[in-house]
Amino acid sequence: MPSHDVLIIGAGLAGQRAALAAAEVGASVAILSKVHPVRSHSVAAAGGMNAAIALDDDWTSHAYDTVKGSDFLGDQDAIEIMCSEAPGEVMHLEHIGVTFYRNETGHLDLRAFGGASKKRTAYVADITGQAILHVLYEQLIRHHATIDRFEEWFVTSLILDDDGGCAGAVARDIRSGDMQIFNAKSVILASGGAGQCYKPTTNALICTADGIAQAYAIGAPLMDMEMVQYHPTTLAENGFLITEGARGEGAHLLNSEGRRFMEDYAPNKMELASRDVVSRAEQTEINEGRGVGADGQGIYLDITVVPRKRVLEALREIVNIGRDFAGTDITREPIVIRPGQHYIMGGVKTDVDGATPVTGLYAAGEVACVSVHGGNRLGANSLLDTLIFGRRAGEHAAKRATDIPPPSAPESRLRADVARIDAIIARERGGRRVSAIKDELGTMMNQKVAVYRDEEGLQEAHETILRLTEESDAAAIDDRGTVFNQDVLGAIELGYLLDCAQATVVAAIERKESRGAQFRTDYPERDDAEWLKHIDLQRDEDGNPEVSYSDVTITQWQPEVRKY
Amino acid sequence: MSEFTLKLRRYDPESGEPAYWDEHTVELEPHRSVLEAILQARALHDGSIGIRCSCRAAICGSCGVRVNGKPGLACQTHLDKAQRGAPDGVIEVQPMGNMPVIKDLIVDMDAVHWKKIQQVTPWLAPKLPVPEREYLVEHEAMVDVTQSMACIQCGACVSDCLSMEVDPEFVGPAALAKAYRFVGDPRDDRTAERLQELTDDPHGIYDCTHCFKCIDACPKGVAPMSQIMRLRRRAGSDFHIEDPNNGERHERAFVSLVKQYGLLNEAELLPRSYGGDSPLAKFKPAAAKELASSLPAIAKALLRRKVTPQTALRPHKLPASDLKAIRHIYDTVEGRPDRVELNLYISGRDEDLT
Repeated sequence: MPSHDVLIIGAGLAGQRAALAAAEVGASVAILSKVHPVRSHSVAAAGGMNAAIALDDDWTSHAYDTVKGSDFLGDQDAIEIMCSEAPGEVMHLEHIGVTFYRNETGHLDLRAFGGASKKRTAYVADITGQAILHVLYEQLIRHHATIDRFEEWFVTSLILDDDGGCAGAVARDIRSGDMQIFNAKSVILASGGAGQCYKPTTNALICTADGIAQAYAIGAPLMDMEMVQYHPTTLAENGFLITEGARGEGAHLLNSEGRRFMEDYAPNKMELASRDVVSRAEQTEINEGRGVGADGQGIYLDITVVPRKRVLEALREIVNIGRDFAGTDITREPIVIRPGQHYIMGGVKTDVDGATPVTGLYAAGEVACVSVHGGNRLGANSLLDTLIFGRRAGEHAAKRATDIPPPSAPESRLRADVARIDAIIARERGGRRVSAIKDELGTMMNQKVAVYRDEEGLQEAHETILRLTEESDAAAIDDRGTVFNQDVLGAIELGYLLDCAQATVVAAIERKESRGAQFRTDYPERDDAEWLKHIDLQRDEDGNPEVSYSDVTITQWQPEVRKY
Repeated sequence: MSEFTLKLRRYDPESGEPAYWDEHTVELEPHRSVLEAILQARALHDGSIGIRCSCRAAICGSCGVRVNGKPGLACQTHLDKAQRGAPDGVIEVQPMGNMPVIKDLIVDMDAVHWKKIQQVTPWLAPKLPVPEREYLVEHEAMVDVTQSMACIQCGACVSDCLSMEVDPEFVGPAALAKAYRFVGDPRDDRTAERLQELTDDPHGIYDCTHCFKCIDACPKGVAPMSQIMRLRRRAGSDFHIEDPNNGERHERAFVSLVKQYGLLNEAELLPRSYGGDSPLAKFKPAAAKELASSLPAIAKALLRRKVTPQTALRPHKLPASDLKAIRHIYDTVEGRPDRVELNLYISGRDEDLT
């Protein structure tokens, strides 16, 4: 049984940053991921990372923009920490090798991004996430003596000890099928988001809410789960991400009349208003018949107004995506986009050190909810969130581990998980296929729990999820083997997705107002008197979500009317 | 919607049976990807088909396979194009080459690819003292290394590398492209050491045979072979690092023979590679020794009529005007004050310029 001071689940930016920070404190560290670390979905983050590093910028300005972007639901103490520590983190990444683009004086160049009052986004072409992820992985290789890597291991459960603290996890070696207990004094969940609850989504196939469902299963509360971000520019064809960097470099959004319609919705910031505002504007244009494309369900993103040399140098990846997946040369013609599911602001509730209310369990990155994004995340704040709170969780989890003996992880959890997997493999054929259930879930969520929501649709969504959950218990699989049995993992992931989708829908039904990404057509106004609070969800004894509320932390910015 | 038939190479390590072909027919629009077709077959017909995949958008590097024998990402290969490239219209998908197969389309990248990445000290050795803020470096320098940073570690180049097929110890295209990412980085303090190590290693930069396969294979335009050539130019021309394996002298011999004769003079190539870049090279002991040890190969070539004594001893002759034109190329390239290096992120692809 592997035993470490700190076990990190997930090896994207938050997980790798946590591992490096914990090792630096002196802890023994294991980092475990269901894919090779460089395949983690952080690799797809394109546009950049926000930090007030310009001489005429100030972290409080970044913090205010973030608070406003969150529609005042973000916790301001956490936002202050994130924004004030951002410049130091960018410099740290620069020093260990990230190839941030420079300006003509050789200093870090900064690009404009949505919802920001200044240019403050450091970037590497439009592969910023990839560049940072690969550099952190270089550091993991370098520090192999103190950080044990378990690549292509799949976590099936978190383990509680007799005192109700987290004592480790059960995981399956995907390559051999071997199941083991990973014993640890501190466990950090860094396993990413839940985009696969939706279809289409910009998120990778691996983003299946694993950590959210695992933490929820052992009693950790989830927060802000109703807040699901739709990115304004996803490829109409298949939902792939077109970076906000395109608009940051000056690209326009046009409706069927060829007009920059954002002047009607956000006359000051235009295309660079915050994402919820731009996505809603696009959806309104589409709903009112001013959409483009074959089915009228799209909007034009016109990148031809950006100089061609600049596009080739700084937006190379979306040139590739346009060419490979839409047959469009974006330097010569507009591309058809639409709003698409991209990010979940909610997640496992943590404090500013990443600690959850479950002793010994931490969370960081998209799986977590600190909450720095509140109702809506600003572009280029997610890389920052993963790195700042990944580091803080790593440091805190390691320090905590130095003073305590290893907890005892009961073997019963391992036996139960082995039996669960054997039972899935042995299921009789005849039920619906896992893929069919997942498809129905995603398509339904994208219709009923999307940019615009109402009570009726949300109630229908909830009923559908309950039915699909029942069906999933009987869904048969084909693969009977142990080596790389991806089929059985898919069945487990489907369970994670259904748990997470239910939490999202229950919270969306609960919040009877419109704020950030949650727009209720039946409650179209923001209601600070009643709803300036977080919705927390915890699993009750019967397995149903139980709603409670927690306060929003306000330090220096009182809620005000939000205009861009 | 159109129908596409896929022939997948399957292998179940637990069955005790050898690998076999497995056909599936799917319905998709022609511009959809081979990965989508495989995932449809998996969703509708057989959930046990093994393939690594995640982002579907050619960014994560998981789904490296060979389609009709050519390596690349399944998610980036369009069905219509793949069908046109298949002799009988059936799209053939196999695991990548040069790496052991674990199951179906899944190969062991740790055993080959990642092992080689670890050989090139794959992290920045920052120049000291580390500044309080960022290192001041030129914009172009960071854009320049972006081409090798753009590598997604998919292994397509490793799959098709001919040198690695012959010499499994060759550091290989992906790891050497990674090495350039540090050598080209002005913040790195180990440039000379890195180049020295890659030159001294008999399986290092001079083990590449310029076959261009990795450039064709790379889905991200990293052009690993170009990065290897840049490492050679940095090592040989800029750092004057002597190559103990004669790779650099071999290259010089090529260049000067073409300059002298307009075409390669094979009989002179080997002696000059070992004895120095002069017509007298064949009389040097090092060259004589190499010539002697190569006699069996030479004899075989003569026997199989790959060369005749006449062509071996008498160099090719070009018309004087052609020779002049060739010399003009040399004068132009060698007369430039700075070396011009092509770079995707700076100059784009050829089609970008039109």
